[in-house]
Amino acid sequence: MRKTASGRRFFRHPTAAPGLFLLAFFVTVAIAAPVVAPYAPYYQIDIAHPDRPPSAQFLLGTDPFSRDVWSRLVYGARVSLGIGAVAMLVAATVGTAVGAVAGYFRSWVDTTLMRLVDVGLAMPRIFVLLMAAALWEHIALWVLVLLIGLTGWFGTSRLVRAEVLSLREREFVAAARALGAGAGRVIFRHVLPNAAAPIIVSGALGIGHMMLLEAGLSFLGLGVPSPTPSWGNMIADGWHKMAVAWWSSTFPGLAISLVVMALNAVGDALRDALDPRKEAA
Amino acid sequence: MAAWLVRRLVASIAIVFAVVTISFFVVHLAQGTPCGGERPLPPDVCERERRVFGYDKPLYVQYVKYLAALVDGKMGYSFGLHRPVADALADAIPNTFVLAFAALLIDFALGLALGIYQAVQAGRFGDVAVGNVALLVNSMPVFWLGLVLLLVFAQWLRWFPAGGMHDPILCPRVDSSYCLLDFLWHLTLPALTLGLVGAASTARYQRAAMLEVVGQDYVRTARAKGLRERRVLLVHALRNALLPIITLFGLAFPFLFTGAVLIETVFAWPGMGRLAVNAIFQRDYPVVTGAALLTSTMVVLGNLIADALYAVADPRIRVRGEEGGGGGGA
Repeated sequence: MRKTASGRRFFRHPTAAPGLFLLAFFVTVAIAAPVVAPYAPYYQIDIAHPDRPPSAQFLLGTDPFSRDVWSRLVYGARVSLGIGAVAMLVAATVGTAVGAVAGYFRSWVDTTLMRLVDVGLAMPRIFVLLMAAALWEHIALWVLVLLIGLTGWFGTSRLVRAEVLSLREREFVAAARALGAGAGRVIFRHVLPNAAAPIIVSGALGIGHMMLLEAGLSFLGLGVPSPTPSWGNMIADGWHKMAVAWWSSTFPGLAISLVVMALNAVGDALRDALDPRKEAA
Repeated sequence: MAAWLVRRLVASIAIVFAVVTISFFVVHLAQGTPCGGERPLPPDVCERERRVFGYDKPLYVQYVKYLAALVDGKMGYSFGLHRPVADALADAIPNTFVLAFAALLIDFALGLALGIYQAVQAGRFGDVAVGNVALLVNSMPVFWLGLVLLLVFAQWLRWFPAGGMHDPILCPRVDSSYCLLDFLWHLTLPALTLGLVGAASTARYQRAAMLEVVGQDYVRTARAKGLRERRVLLVHALRNALLPIITLFGLAFPFLFTGAVLIETVFAWPGMGRLAVNAIFQRDYPVVTGAALLTSTMVVLGNLIADALYAVADPRIRVRGEEGGGGGGA
């Protein structure tokens, strides 16, 4: 693989390479779950003897429902990582669309959209999601993911709007317009590709926030429904037995911490690597 | 300066108004259940209840009545707690405030100290070590950190209590110095949990702000004048590096109230967060929307105060604000 200037800038961060490795590890483990997990995630091994400590047979012990923690961790990685990624995709799409439209067209469109963003930023996300959970008895998983995404796009829209505001004054935009390109084409093919860097960086950091939010909701019992394993509801399953069986809640939380930390490290490194100002220098 | 502040005030009021409207619609959407659903009430009972609560009037009439009640300070009646929502919230909010305030103290004390230390040690082992630990702590789910601290300090070491706000038998009220100490003893772990996670991000900001300031000319002048390094850093550099802290103060509000919801559940702290969570499980919508409304208002207020403080502290903002006051764009 070619050594580029941005690649060098990325790896100059001491936490970038370990972060990338951690992410690769968890993603691989999640994809290869059926191979890596010795037990099925719903399988209750020995109901008479739950809460077994970590041993050679049960790498991370068993939980209060007598299921293997390591197997659930591995299948839970699919759910938690998947929710984080898809929710971030939703948020990034909506945020970019709103921000680009607001930044490009300005005038009343910009003002109304940004007022909307202000209202959205003012409402604490967890309360909005709690209210939604209260209104509907059982939230389907895809609805949950959609809600988490739809409450998280406000920051991205501000970022994109700022980028588009500065980019729209550049010569290549004027040139494209002079050649007869319509607004949509200008935005999609000319402005947005140059605004990609902050979107990618906020995307990397945002997946971490989404995962933490899902964990919090599942901990309160309002997220991923049992018995589907997610790292958040694994903590919820085990926390009442924390005093006698600390492993059920500790390891999922550790997994979340490591993945979010890796995402933060990679996001920081990406921010430096993709910075167009450094590119010019 | 005044014009800019007035604009921000108007914008804040508009935001709160929008939140109120959303809350009204949430309550309105939610109350359909007793008359529909699987086992509906007899129709005449249903009708009478609707008339009593005013649900048969048109939507805009209900909306105006809701607004009028809010101005009066009444937020409805809680089905689960059998008290007015305002009373239940009034009992719970001071507890959340105390927790949030203690967490803020720990957050800024620790965060500032660590950030300054990191800036002084820039690039050396101390900086890198603290930075990585801060990154890890910032990435933890806040409720999980609380659980781990509970496990280590309350269960294994038995240094702190395992939850609650006070000793229920000896100290139902804080009316003696012993009870005050008891209250602080119960406050330590939850406040520490919130404070640690907050301090991790405060330290990052403070480090960046200090490093940016240290490269400025006036710092070089101070050094050239022969001042001792400590005076240079703590008196000249720090004063200017503190400005982003005010913004962080505003940002801390939403984090604190969000974190409070989870932390209060973990530590059984009788605050607004736990009230809201219990209300959700009991489908007690007036309490939920009342809590959401109050939280949003406090978040908006916090941001407004932070912006105002920032304008006072940084004269550049004031000048810029007046110059840009006539033009467009926020």
